[in-house]
Amino acid sequence: MENLLSIVTFLPLIAAIILALFLRGEDAAAQRAAKWLALFATTATFLISLAVYMQFDPANTGFQMVEEYAWIGGLTYKMGVDGISVLFVLLTTFLMPLVIGASWKVESRVKEYMITFLVLETLMIAVFCALDLILFYVVFEGGLIPMFLIIGIWGGKDRIYASFKFFLYTFLGSVLMLVAMIFMYMDAGTTDIPTLLHHEFSSTPISLLGFTIAGGAQTLMFLAFFASLAVKLPMWPVHTWLPDAHVQAPTAGSVVLAAILLKMGGYGFLRFSLPMFPVASELLSGFMLWLSVIAIIYTSLVAMMQDDMKKLIAYSSVAHMGFVTMGIFAFNQQGLDGAIFQMLSHGFISGALFLIVGVIYDRMHTREIDAYGGLVVRMPAYALVFMLFTMANVGLPGTSGFVGEFLTLVGIFQTNSTVAFFATTGVILSASYALWLYRRIVFGDLIKESLKSIKDMEAREKWIFAPLVVMTLLLGVYPALVLDLIGPSVTALLHDIEPVLAAARGTLATVAH
Amino acid sequence: METVILFAPLVGALISGFAHKIIGEKAAITTATALLFLSALLSWIVFLGFDGEMKQIPIMRWVESGSLSTDWAIRLDRLTTVMLIVVTTVSSLVHLYSFGYMDKDPQWKEGESYKPRFFAYLSLFTFAMLMLVTADNLLQMFFGWEGVGLASYLLIGFYYRKPSANAAAIKAFIVNRVGDFGFGLGIFGLFFMVDSINLTDIFAAGHHLADVKMSFLYMEITAAELLAFLLFVGAMGKSAQLFLHTWLPDAMEGPTPVSALIHAATMVTAGVFLVCRMSPLFEYAPGTLAFVTVIGATTAFVAATIGLVQNDIKRVIAYSTMSQLGYMFAAAGVGVYQVAMFHLFTHAFFKAMLFLGAGSVINAMHHEQDMRSYGNLRKKIPITFWAMMIGTLAITGVGIPASLMKLGDTPIGFAGFLSKDAIIESTFAAGSGVGQFAFILLVLAAAMTAFYSWRLIFMTFYGEEKGDKHAHQHAHESPWTMTVPLIVLAVGSTLAGMIWYGDFFGHNVTEFFGAAIYTNHETNHVLHDAHSVPVWVGWSPFIAMLIGLFLAWLFYIRRPGIAPALAEMFQPAYQFLLNKWYFDEVYDVIFVGFAKWLGRFLWKKGDGAVIDGTINGVAMGIVPYFTRLSARMQSGYLYHYALIMVLGVVGLVTWMSISGGGH
Repeated sequence: MENLLSIVTFLPLIAAIILALFLRGEDAAAQRAAKWLALFATTATFLISLAVYMQFDPANTGFQMVEEYAWIGGLTYKMGVDGISVLFVLLTTFLMPLVIGASWKVESRVKEYMITFLVLETLMIAVFCALDLILFYVVFEGGLIPMFLIIGIWGGKDRIYASFKFFLYTFLGSVLMLVAMIFMYMDAGTTDIPTLLHHEFSSTPISLLGFTIAGGAQTLMFLAFFASLAVKLPMWPVHTWLPDAHVQAPTAGSVVLAAILLKMGGYGFLRFSLPMFPVASELLSGFMLWLSVIAIIYTSLVAMMQDDMKKLIAYSSVAHMGFVTMGIFAFNQQGLDGAIFQMLSHGFISGALFLIVGVIYDRMHTREIDAYGGLVVRMPAYALVFMLFTMANVGLPGTSGFVGEFLTLVGIFQTNSTVAFFATTGVILSASYALWLYRRIVFGDLIKESLKSIKDMEAREKWIFAPLVVMTLLLGVYPALVLDLIGPSVTALLHDIEPVLAAARGTLATVAH
Repeated sequence: METVILFAPLVGALISGFAHKIIGEKAAITTATALLFLSALLSWIVFLGFDGEMKQIPIMRWVESGSLSTDWAIRLDRLTTVMLIVVTTVSSLVHLYSFGYMDKDPQWKEGESYKPRFFAYLSLFTFAMLMLVTADNLLQMFFGWEGVGLASYLLIGFYYRKPSANAAAIKAFIVNRVGDFGFGLGIFGLFFMVDSINLTDIFAAGHHLADVKMSFLYMEITAAELLAFLLFVGAMGKSAQLFLHTWLPDAMEGPTPVSALIHAATMVTAGVFLVCRMSPLFEYAPGTLAFVTVIGATTAFVAATIGLVQNDIKRVIAYSTMSQLGYMFAAAGVGVYQVAMFHLFTHAFFKAMLFLGAGSVINAMHHEQDMRSYGNLRKKIPITFWAMMIGTLAITGVGIPASLMKLGDTPIGFAGFLSKDAIIESTFAAGSGVGQFAFILLVLAAAMTAFYSWRLIFMTFYGEEKGDKHAHQHAHESPWTMTVPLIVLAVGSTLAGMIWYGDFFGHNVTEFFGAAIYTNHETNHVLHDAHSVPVWVGWSPFIAMLIGLFLAWLFYIRRPGIAPALAEMFQPAYQFLLNKWYFDEVYDVIFVGFAKWLGRFLWKKGDGAVIDGTINGVAMGIVPYFTRLSARMQSGYLYHYALIMVLGVVGLVTWMSISGGGH
């Protein structure tokens, strides 16, 4: 199949269009049809995406399954995947059927809900496949619109505040990124990402308003991309939108947000910042590393004091993303492998954790930790699943959470052992907040009157968790499934930028002497 | 065969945990126990048939990234085989014991199923522990390391209704994580310096690491010293050494079989195992070794002082465990890793037995754990009494001083006598300052060990019946599932020292351990010198033991009034010991309190006032228009944002079309 990536990308959109055009009515039958069609479409998308996995040749470090067509106004539609992006496509297609399954109990505007999620899936897959700058920008920013709708329409009480906050954060960043993209086009004369990857952007220091900017244009572009990516990831200190967005989002929205949308930030650093602006990356690596460390420690401490389950997990996400940026800016194989692994693993684990919150939120309609306690008495299956993902979240060896944390820390120790020292305190802090959360919700005696008749997970819920459990354990004991795929591409990336990094370091050393 | 030893407990855990609804509770826990006995049997076959050649048995690939390459693999050498029999023997006996002990546990309500879960956790623990001791690389060891931590956490918190059990479980996990923080950094550092975390490569690099410096936290330190130190921090957490010990006494919240298996015989000795396993590194880190000795000896001393005054039978034994672990580290610290392993080995028998004996007493006394409610139980539970007696003879080190009589080359005495005296003699033979320091503290600790151990025996089995009359009337001997393990362990506690003396400390030691333990013969002759210490050194622990025994007899049999009077007279000192040197109170303020304060501060002030405040402030300044809009149009921002983005893209497309397209 020549258009495999396009098929995978647009299948959900086609399903969305079918829903929009042909499904009429708001009755139970129509609702059921919408759910089943969405489930069918996302499952089919996942199955077809397995062909991408099969066809993918890890040894080939270039872009594969490339498609290129002329698009409106002289633009180009170009898709393709390499070792860095291919697994994000699979992560997305893998999670979407589960997300739809988790939304089975949605009752208001079911058709629109399903359409929104299907459109969102198309946009997310396209982000990871896009090989043209403009196409990337359109889908990257476009993905926010369905997410806004999900929070704004199916969200909680304070959804307006949350979207307001999100807007303010994202707006500035994306404008700056757009400006940088225009500059890149002017400089390189193309929006073709594979070409841009080998274009050498100027790093001659430039003078601006009396300041000398080391790294010149590269630094400016790096910062412009940073403005957008750091918010998306999110990095400290531009993370405060995330807890609010999570709290307001419906369960399925939280899952997509944490498991996939955040990863676009990390992906952006790997796809653009590192290979295209290596000099600036090297110049600013200290800055990036310390922001990462602050994120890990700061947000873990904040997570510990939360009394809203979703906020706690949201803060924990920020801490875990700190490991990602730290790994990326370690500039070595273990760091980058670890960063990508951590993103994929966090996709499963954080997704599962938000689903876990969803299970009891559906029953009790509160996210207050204090409203629970002693659930293990009536919900043993739930307690087991929750325990597993709690342990995965604290990075217990044998779960996927460990591999990413371990590799990023191994990576960073080689470049900066001080950063490694502080980042490793994260393993103590994560255990503190995660186990404390678990204790307050699951352990203890079940004495609250409201919980006396709470039911354990039903079959549907167990089936949603089963694939996540399998992936978390499988990647924990046999991470080669991921590392074999991403390894060669990461090596190639490092190979490309290594001379530049070395030269940049050399220049810095000369300046210092 | 090694693979079967390793995975049988995992299979048992899965069957017991997940299949008990299908095959029935009884069948599930029986299967788990049977698999454990199989594992133990095979372990003994491997141990007795081991030819001294190190074998590596690869199982599967694990983490591979660039030059980092780790497999799931078994490393079989003498250290591994010793640990295999310790772990599987104690574990299988504890499984059997739990049949009786966990039957009709009053913590649970009628009809609640808890036994399969308990056995699943026990078997899971055993699997993790076996992964730890068979590891061929540090990453797999870390897997086992954290795995036993998980099992320990689950078992301490087994009675999940009790808030104190939950608190103790979390405390155990987090304090261990503090240790793992050091262990982790040690692994990262070793990879940085050696470019591998496989044991074979690290061992080969030991000498080199002593010659290079690495910078860490703005300091320049000899690599071997730093890395060994970091690994030792991990060992301190797992083995409850001073400053990272506070979790162990609280861990007694778990059911008693758990205390015997995890918090006495196996898991807590993992730290000692780690130091012995890494002897090719530690041998080149004299500074760190001195630190190990000091920490070990101090722990042995401090824990013994606390043990003197505790009234909960399990807590007494817990502090005793902590103290004995200190002995093992002191031995490793002066470079006699073989002797550390010797004590680890004998201690597993007698300490497991003491705990299981305590469990039998608790079982007989309707789950009363306060020794002040015991008394005169020796007639009612005779098997338990004799088992505890043998355990006490072993731990206090009863035997015939070697200068008086020997059986060939082997001194005569209970297991603890041979291994503990070997440690004390070695610390003296080390000849160094820290060696002297350790020698003095360990002899003092030996006296206190005798005191608190005999105090336990006297308060429990002698004197008058105290406390609940009803409980005393109904006190009865435990069922055979509980007494058989006691008897087996009693045999081990009596004979293990004498049987394996030659292998662990005597003439056969070099051949026995082979290459599993590395001794730097240029600097380290302690193992040899320990056999030629002055006669009074050999006598000192014996005399210390007699003093302890005499005082315990005086205080608790002869003149029961002395102890309360002394406590009254030295009230501040008594309170200080009773409150465990106030470690918990201090830690609560310094660490827990501070972290909570900081977390709240960063949340409310950092996220709230500063970050959101700034951004909201900027927003109010730059885009007041948007805010006004929001009052009128509820989700105005959404559309606005979409509009701006679309406009941006349209503008971009137009501009690109005009300027000639993408290519």
